[in-house]
Amino acid sequence: MSNALLSWYGELTTRRNLLKRGASLLLPGMLWLMLFLVLPGLVLVVVSFATRGAYGQLEWTFTVENYQRLAGFSVFGWTSDYLVILWRSVVVAFVTTLISVVLSYPLCFYIAARSERSRYMWLTLVIIPFWTNMVIRAYAWFLILAPEMPFAKIAAFFGFIPAGAPLYPNAFAVYLGMVSMFLPFVTLPLYASVERIDWALVEAAQDLYASPVRVFTQAILPQTMPGLSVGIILTFVPAMGMFVVPDLLGGAKYMLVGNLIQQQFGASRDWPFGAAISMGLMVLTMIGLHIYRRKGKEIEYV
Amino acid sequence: MRRNHLMTVTLSLMTMAFLYLPLIGVAVFSVNDARRGLVWKGFTLKWYYKLFENEWILEAAWNTLVLALVSTVIATILGTILAIGMDRFPWGKRTSGFLDTILHIPVVIPDIILAAALVVAFGLLRVVSSVFEPGLINMIIGHITFQLAFVALVVRSRLVAIGREVEEAARDLFASNWYLLRKVMLPLLMPGIIAGGMLAFTLSLDDFVISFFTAGPESQTLPLFIFAAVRRGVTPQIHALSTLVMLITVVLVVVTERFTRRKETA
Repeated sequence: MSNALLSWYGELTTRRNLLKRGASLLLPGMLWLMLFLVLPGLVLVVVSFATRGAYGQLEWTFTVENYQRLAGFSVFGWTSDYLVILWRSVVVAFVTTLISVVLSYPLCFYIAARSERSRYMWLTLVIIPFWTNMVIRAYAWFLILAPEMPFAKIAAFFGFIPAGAPLYPNAFAVYLGMVSMFLPFVTLPLYASVERIDWALVEAAQDLYASPVRVFTQAILPQTMPGLSVGIILTFVPAMGMFVVPDLLGGAKYMLVGNLIQQQFGASRDWPFGAAISMGLMVLTMIGLHIYRRKGKEIEYV
Repeated sequence: MRRNHLMTVTLSLMTMAFLYLPLIGVAVFSVNDARRGLVWKGFTLKWYYKLFENEWILEAAWNTLVLALVSTVIATILGTILAIGMDRFPWGKRTSGFLDTILHIPVVIPDIILAAALVVAFGLLRVVSSVFEPGLINMIIGHITFQLAFVALVVRSRLVAIGREVEEAARDLFASNWYLLRKVMLPLLMPGIIAGGMLAFTLSLDDFVISFFTAGPESQTLPLFIFAAVRRGVTPQIHALSTLVMLITVVLVVVTERFTRRKETA
C-alpha cells in the first residue's frame, strides 16, 4: 500500500517518500528535545531512586528512601516538615491564583470599556511587567517594604513588626510578590475572553432581577471561561515551582518547594533527594493539569 | 460604549498601581544622589556611569546578550523546521499526538523541574565530555530546549493560518521541494518565524531559573548578577542596572506589539 502513488497537495508522490521527508524535518528538533528534555527527565526519575554518597556524589544503590524522607520518615521518626512545605506551596499557588483572578476581572472590564486607542496602551502596560525579569520585580518590593516607607511604619505602629524593621521577609511579602508576579498571567488571557463578552446577555440577566452574584456566575463566568482557565493554569503551575520570590521575600521563614529543590542542588548537594522532591512537584503539577484538561480547553499562548 | 462602575475603575487603577509602584520606585531611586537610605538627595546619573566602569556588570551584560542571541538563532531554526515537519506531512493520529505532547512539556512543567533535570543530566554527561561543565554552553542548551517548543508552537499556528492553497498552486506549476520552501513557504511564514524568534529572545532575557541552575563561575548573566547582589544588600547601582533592563524590556515589548499588530491589519 505504502508504495502506491498519491497526490498530496499537488505533489505526486508515495506515502513512504512523504513520510521519509517529513521525518528528516522532524529529526533535528525532536532529537534535541529527546536528548535535552525527555532523556534528562527520565534520568531525573532514576536519580530520585539513587543514594547520595558521603561527599554528595551519586551512588547507584537503588532505594525509596528519598521518597520516604519527603513523606517525613527518617531514622529520628516522623516529621511533617517537608509535607508542610509541599502543602504550603499548593496553598500559596492557589491563593495567588485566586487573588489574581479577583483583581483581573475588574481590570479587564475597565480596559475593555476604553476606546480602542487607550485599550492598546493599557494592554501594553499589563504586558510590560509580564515580560520584566522576575528577579527585578521581586527585589523591587524591597524598596516599597523598606523600613523608611509608610507601609512598614504603619505595620510597626500596630506592632506587627519591630520599629525600624522592613516588612520582609515574611508570608505577607511572599504573597505580595507572588500576586504581582502572576497577575498579568491571568489578566492577559482573561482579557481576550472579556473583550468578546456579549453584554446583551448580562443586561438581560439584570433586567430579570438577577442578583449581582448570579449575573456574574451565570452570565459573565461561562462566557469568560476559556480565557480564565488558560490564565489559571498559566499561574497555578509556575506559581507552585516558584523559587525567586520566596527566596528573596520569604527567606528561611517561608520556604516553598522551589527553595527546597534549589537547596538540594545547591548547598546540600543531595541530588537524589532533590530529584525526589522534583517528582513530588511534578505529581502536583500533573494533578493540576489533569483537573484543567477535563475542562477540555486548548491553551493559547501570549 | 459601556460605562464602568466607579468601583471597577478604582480597583483597576489600584491594581495597576500595585503592579507599577515597585518598578517606579526602583527607577526613581536609581537617579537619587544618595549612597544609602531612601531619602531624596537630588538628581544624578552617576550610578549609570558607574555601571559602565564595572567590569563584572559589562561581562554579565555581554554574557546575557550572547546567551540570548545564540540560543534564539538556534531555537528559531530548529523550531521552524520542526513545525513544518509536524504540520505538512500525513502523520497518523498517534504519532502527531506523541509529538504534540513532547512539544508541550517545556511549556506546562514548572521550569525548576527542567532545570533540575538538566543539572543531573549535565552532571552525568560531564564524565563523557568537559563541554558539560557548568557554564555558558550548558545555559545555551537549556535555553534552546524551552525556546524550541515555544517557537515551534508559534510557527505551527502560522502554518495552519496560511493554509496550503499557495503551496498546492506552486506544486501544480512544478516547483521543486527546495524552490517551494525558499520562494513560497518561507516568505509566507516569515512573520510567524520573526514572532517566534522575538518570543524566544524575550524568554531568554526573562529566564532566571534555568540560568541559575546551569551557570558556572565564569558565566554570570545580568539577572544572576542582580540576584547575587541583592542578597548582599541593595545599592543605587543595582537600581540603575535594573532600570536599564526594564527599559530594554519596554522597548522590546513595544516593538513586538507594533510588529504583531501590523501583521493583523495587513
